[in-house]
Amino acid sequence: MIAIETKSLTKKFGDVIAVDNLSLNIHEGELFALLGLNGAGKTTTIKMLTCLIQPTSGDAFVLGNSITEHSQLVKQVTNVSPQETAVAANLTVKENLEFIAGIYGQSKNEAKQSALKMVESFKLQDVYKKKAKVLSGGMQRRLSIAMALISNPKILFLDEPTLGLDVLARRELWSIIKELKKDVTIILTTHYLEEVEALADRVGVMAKGKLVASGTVEELKQQTNTNSLEDAFIKLSGGTL
Amino acid sequence: MKTILFAKRNTKEILRDPLNLFFALGFPLVLLLLFYIINNAIPEEANNTLFSIENTAPGLATFGTAFFALFSGMLVSKDRTSSFLMRLFTSPMKATNYLLGYTLPLILMAIVQSCITFISAIILGLPFTINILLSIITVIPISLLFIGIGLLCGSFLNDKAVGGICGALLTNIAGWFSGVWIPLELIGGVFKQIALILPFYHSVEVGKLVLNGSFSSILPHIGIVLIYAIIVYGLAIVIFNKKMHDGTV
Repeated sequence: MIAIETKSLTKKFGDVIAVDNLSLNIHEGELFALLGLNGAGKTTTIKMLTCLIQPTSGDAFVLGNSITEHSQLVKQVTNVSPQETAVAANLTVKENLEFIAGIYGQSKNEAKQSALKMVESFKLQDVYKKKAKVLSGGMQRRLSIAMALISNPKILFLDEPTLGLDVLARRELWSIIKELKKDVTIILTTHYLEEVEALADRVGVMAKGKLVASGTVEELKQQTNTNSLEDAFIKLSGGTL
Repeated sequence: MKTILFAKRNTKEILRDPLNLFFALGFPLVLLLLFYIINNAIPEEANNTLFSIENTAPGLATFGTAFFALFSGMLVSKDRTSSFLMRLFTSPMKATNYLLGYTLPLILMAIVQSCITFISAIILGLPFTINILLSIITVIPISLLFIGIGLLCGSFLNDKAVGGICGALLTNIAGWFSGVWIPLELIGGVFKQIALILPFYHSVEVGKLVLNGSFSSILPHIGIVLIYAIIVYGLAIVIFNKKMHDGTV
C-alpha cells in the first residue's frame, strides 16, 4: 500500500523553483532515503509533506489525505524529528515527552504511559528527570526521535538524524531506526551515504528540485553503471567521477 | 487543552531561568528599595514627593512589565532557532494555541510581579486601599504591548539580538520615558514631548491615578496605551501567522 504519493508537486520561491514537478511513491513500512546536494529540494519537499508550507502547484497524498486540503488529518498521522534536536531545553525528558503526547490529543494518563514506553524503548531511564539542555548530543537526538514517535505516527520524517554524532552514538541510533522500520514508514534525509546503505529500503536522488532517480541501492548502481552508492550519487547529482 | 499545555511549557521554560526570575521579580524590588532610601534621605522641609512610595510603587509595577518583552522575545527566538517551533508547526496545534500559549502565562506573571511590587511597597509604608488591586490590573494593557514587541522581535531576530533590543534598549527607553526614574517635569522640552507621544509615561500615569482614586482622569492615558497595545500586538499576530504559514518562522 502507498503511504505517500506526490503528484507533480512543485514549490517556487519567487523565480526560484525549489521543487519541480515531483512525482514519487513511498510504500507503507519502508524506509525511503531522500538524497541530494545542498539546495536540491529535499528540505522543501519534507516541509510540504509535513504541511509546514503549501505547494505552489500539484499535491501530495499522505495515507490518502491531501496535504493541501486535509492538513490537519495529515498532521495527526505524521511526525518529524528536525535537523536540530528541537527539544524544550528547560523541560525534563519526561516533560518534553508528555508535552508532545498531550498536544497530539493524549490524556494526562495516556501521555504518562506513552512517555514511560518511549523512555524504555530509547533507553532514557537514567536521564528521565534531567533537563534536556544537560543531555549529551546523542541523548538529545534519542529524545528528539522519541518525541516524534510518542504520537504514534504512521509516517516519520527524520531530517539528518545523526548529524554531529560520534560513531558510537550514530551506531546506537541506527539500531533504533532499524527497529522502527517494522512499524513506521520512515522518510530519511542524510548526507551520510553509509547510513543510507545500512538503513534504506529505497533511495530517491534529487537534483535541482527534480527527482532524477529512485530505487534500491543496487538498482541505482546498475542505472549509473557504478560500483558504489557514492559514485552513483555523484553521477546522478551532476558531478564527475 | 493544547493552549494550556503550551502555556504550562512556556511558564516552566521562563521560570526555570534564574536570570529571568531576577529581572521579573528582583529588579523592580531593588529599584523600589533604592527609591525608598532616596525618599527617606530627602529632608521633610523640602516637601518633595517625587520619590514617595505612592509615586514609585505604581511606576515600578508598570516599568517591571518591560522585561516581559525580553522574556517573550527570547522564548520565541529560541523556539524558532532550535527548530522547536518547526516541530510544533507539524503538530495539530493552531495559530491561536501558539499566540495564547505565549501570551497568557506572561500576563499572569506580569500580574504576579505587580502584586509582589505592591506588597513590598505596603511593607515599606504604602497605605493599603482597594485601589491597589485596581492598580495591579492596569498593568495588563502595557504588558500586552511589551509581550507583542517580544513576539515581533522573536519572530525575526536571534536570541542575542532580542537580548539587545528587548533587554538593554527597550528597558532603557521605557525607563527613561516613563518618568519613573526622573520626573519628566525636571527635563521638559523635546524629551517630555517624546515621552508624551510614547505609551510608557501614560501607563505609569494610569497606575498612579487609579491608586489615588482619580478615575475620571485616566481615559486619555489608558486610551494611548491601548492604541499602542492593540496595534503592536495585532501586528505581532499578523507577522507570526504569516511566518507560520510561509514556513519561515
